[in-house]
Amino acid sequence: MNIHEYQAKEILTKFGVATPKGGIAYSPANAKDRATELGGDMWVVKAQIHSGARGKAGGIIVCKSHQEVSDAANALLGKTLVTNQTGPEGLTVQRIYVEEASDIKKEYYLGLVFDRSTESIMVVASSEGGMSIEEIAKEKPESIIRVKIEAAVGMQSFQAREIAFALGLEAKAISRCAAAILGCYKAFTNSDATMVEINPLVLTGDDHILAVDCKMSFDDNALYRIPHIAELRDKTQEDSKETYAQDRGLNYIALDGDIGNIINGAGLAMASMDMIQLAGGKPANFLDVGGGATPEKFVKAFKLISGDPNVKVILINIFAGINRCDWVAQGIVDALGQITIAQPLVIRLAGTNVDEGMKILKDSKINYIEASTLEEAANKAVKALKDLENK
Amino acid sequence: MAILINKESKIIVQGFTGKIGSFHAEEMIAYGTNIVGGVTPGKGGQTHLERPVFNTVKEAVKATGADCSILFVPPAFAADSAMEAADAGIKTLVAITDGIPAHDMIKVKRYMRRYKNEEKMTMVGPNCAGVISPGKCMLGIMPGHIYKEGNVGVIGRSGTLGYEAAEQMKDLGIGISTSVGIGGDPINGSSFKDHLANFELDDDTKVILMIGEIGGPQEAEAAEYAKKHVSKPVIAYIAGLTAPEGKRMGHAGAIVSSKGESAADKVEILEAAGITIAKNPSVIGDTVAAVLKTL
Repeated sequence: MNIHEYQAKEILTKFGVATPKGGIAYSPANAKDRATELGGDMWVVKAQIHSGARGKAGGIIVCKSHQEVSDAANALLGKTLVTNQTGPEGLTVQRIYVEEASDIKKEYYLGLVFDRSTESIMVVASSEGGMSIEEIAKEKPESIIRVKIEAAVGMQSFQAREIAFALGLEAKAISRCAAAILGCYKAFTNSDATMVEINPLVLTGDDHILAVDCKMSFDDNALYRIPHIAELRDKTQEDSKETYAQDRGLNYIALDGDIGNIINGAGLAMASMDMIQLAGGKPANFLDVGGGATPEKFVKAFKLISGDPNVKVILINIFAGINRCDWVAQGIVDALGQITIAQPLVIRLAGTNVDEGMKILKDSKINYIEASTLEEAANKAVKALKDLENK
Repeated sequence: MAILINKESKIIVQGFTGKIGSFHAEEMIAYGTNIVGGVTPGKGGQTHLERPVFNTVKEAVKATGADCSILFVPPAFAADSAMEAADAGIKTLVAITDGIPAHDMIKVKRYMRRYKNEEKMTMVGPNCAGVISPGKCMLGIMPGHIYKEGNVGVIGRSGTLGYEAAEQMKDLGIGISTSVGIGGDPINGSSFKDHLANFELDDDTKVILMIGEIGGPQEAEAAEYAKKHVSKPVIAYIAGLTAPEGKRMGHAGAIVSSKGESAADKVEILEAAGITIAKNPSVIGDTVAAVLKTL
């Protein structure tokens, strides 16, 4: 799960990481009030969307008067921003963060991530802040510092100091920078984060260290024990169909093709999507209905898939293990008694009691195209699509 | 021989008396798996499915001589139970539980480093279908009847895609020595590499099939390991050629976040290491058959 920049900064502040003062606003008048409260003569108005690279997309505006703050808020609120992380559809700005402008002497990069190959938390830092880590890796790979943290004892002060020195900071700022790095580590481990990225981490004119931008992501599996973070979920920043599915226990990802599919198991779902592509079609979604393929689950899945205007054909591929094919077939038949779908339906069942399952489908009144292998299912779905187009 | 589990394996079930634990324990017993008891804290002394229930894994090991365990404990308590198994001297642990926090899995992995290699437990999973040595022992939630006994070692991340492969092979008359589901989480108890090493030493295994997917460095690490240390032919299929970058495809671990993690990159790395690639999921069985013919 992702959260907004201003929420991440609130968390970091609790762990002793300094951030610029700021306030959240939902309207231009609101934004002006925030600027007044903050005082000073320069502010930064920042679009709050679940994405980095907002600056390049015009989501960060520096303002020199209250009027400019109000104008910036007016321009950003309700606007859809497209960054290299949002996909072409972009994300809509629902709130903005008004922040005091920082006196920046130099920018650094600081990130904490799970490293899957060493199975530990890795701190990644660079003296080339401001650029994305991908750009840094491409243009200044020698500037990247990586430090693996021993999970059993946690990050040690000397490790934070070593990073601060390696960044080339002056003596005065070393302990402040080390404290910020340790604070980020504590925030990471205390809140089941999977990523903390501060870009830029800033050295100010008076040698203080400030987290000027921040992104945090959290482990979905741990949300049950971090309710204060789970409640920060902002559904407006998620794909509405994906949110609908997730709230109903379905694993769904929207894609841009026209063959909708309903499959059990994540691996089999990916494999089926690959087969659709090889057969000359394009999958409209990834959907894993999981183990217990009950009629209720099929009703939810059919609602989700058949309601999608992009979906022209629906493919069901279920490999039944413990949930036998006859149960699955009955689930499909019952679901289609409750909901009508307009699209042609290709069904492939395999595994336990497959003959009984196929018989239930045959004896029912549902209209479907039968397939016995994965390849046949994909080919028949693509053919059904072509038949529609030729009509 | 098979790997990890055998006819002689003595197995306990952690989370034995729960609904899911009970259901699958019955299925495993019906398959012929030697389940000698179970653990549910607070229910020690009771009898369940005609087998004794213990309060702790240590008690269970002491009383039954168990060397393997299967875990059906809910996610919030699963890491604790895995460490308990390691400390009680369990040699093979299969963790079925889906949804264990990644921070907890890191803890488990660190905890297991306190044991010497020869005393160390092999953890399979979490978020997996389990391990089966067909005809001998089933330690998992898979439908046992789709697995034929034979000489192909299988390592895979996904449950149902593994079933698909097992059935394709069975239809071609090809059997399996052991099938290991390493699970779909970002941090697994054991990886492709670990089980490539196990299969290399197993006399019953003639070829090894890896069923991978997008996300994480494990397939690339396995490719490097296979090139250097595995003499048996290795075949691989990678799911997710059409998966978009940066989206989590069902499995928590199935997300492309850096170079070398997409299906196309992994196929390239595996091919470069001399591994035979099954081009699509419907030819996994055929590809294995073709490789077996060359032996």
